[in-house]
Amino acid sequence: MTDEVKPDKVVDARGAFCPGPLMELIKAYKQAKVGDVISVYSTDSGTKKDAPAWIKKSGNELIGVYDRDGYVEIVMKKSK
Amino acid sequence: MPGKISILMVSGTIDKLMAGAVITSGAVANDMEINVFFSFFGLLNLKKDNSFPQTLSYEGVPMTDQMMKVLKEKNVPSWLDMLKNAKETGNVKVYGCALMADLLGVKKEDLDPIVDDIVGVGEFVSMAEGGQILFI
Repeated sequence: MTDEVKPDKVVDARGAFCPGPLMELIKAYKQAKVGDVISVYSTDSGTKKDAPAWIKKSGNELIGVYDRDGYVEIVMKKSK
Repeated sequence: MPGKISILMVSGTIDKLMAGAVITSGAVANDMEINVFFSFFGLLNLKKDNSFPQTLSYEGVPMTDQMMKVLKEKNVPSWLDMLKNAKETGNVKVYGCALMADLLGVKKEDLDPIVDDIVGVGEFVSMAEGGQILFI
């Protein structure tokens, strides 16, 4: 990840199942400051759709969804 | 505008309690207000003394051992931990049913601290007004 935004916080939720990674992301979001970039790693099959849906619904910015080696990384920016 | 969901946890089997805890988490993710009301065997499974058996619904009994093994091996959090996590993250209130508590001699202090209060059905229905009710 060279050309991508460097996250202020990484939530490594690999190994956790639905709804674990999403809940960990929401917890991290609540502790973060506006403008912070948060990244979540997940191996759970639901997170790839669940997390972006929550990011958009909650009025934040989805920076990207990336397939990594054996997991997915979802990056968001706290905009409110 | 965030909505409201009120869940009646009447079953004490872990499949149903876990389903309720997962739905509560999903509702937290949708910024909803959630009231979880424990009665009958659900209430008994909240007792601090862990006296209630952790088992599956009737149709799942033949595979109880297999299911328990999977949950343990894959480090799936317990339904109670999942519910605690949802409560820490969002707007979740947990209540015990006054009728069952009285019948069984259960007091608030006998229950897991996740329980906010023991309330009667009139109060619960009043809290649930204007939202969805799920019976589990």
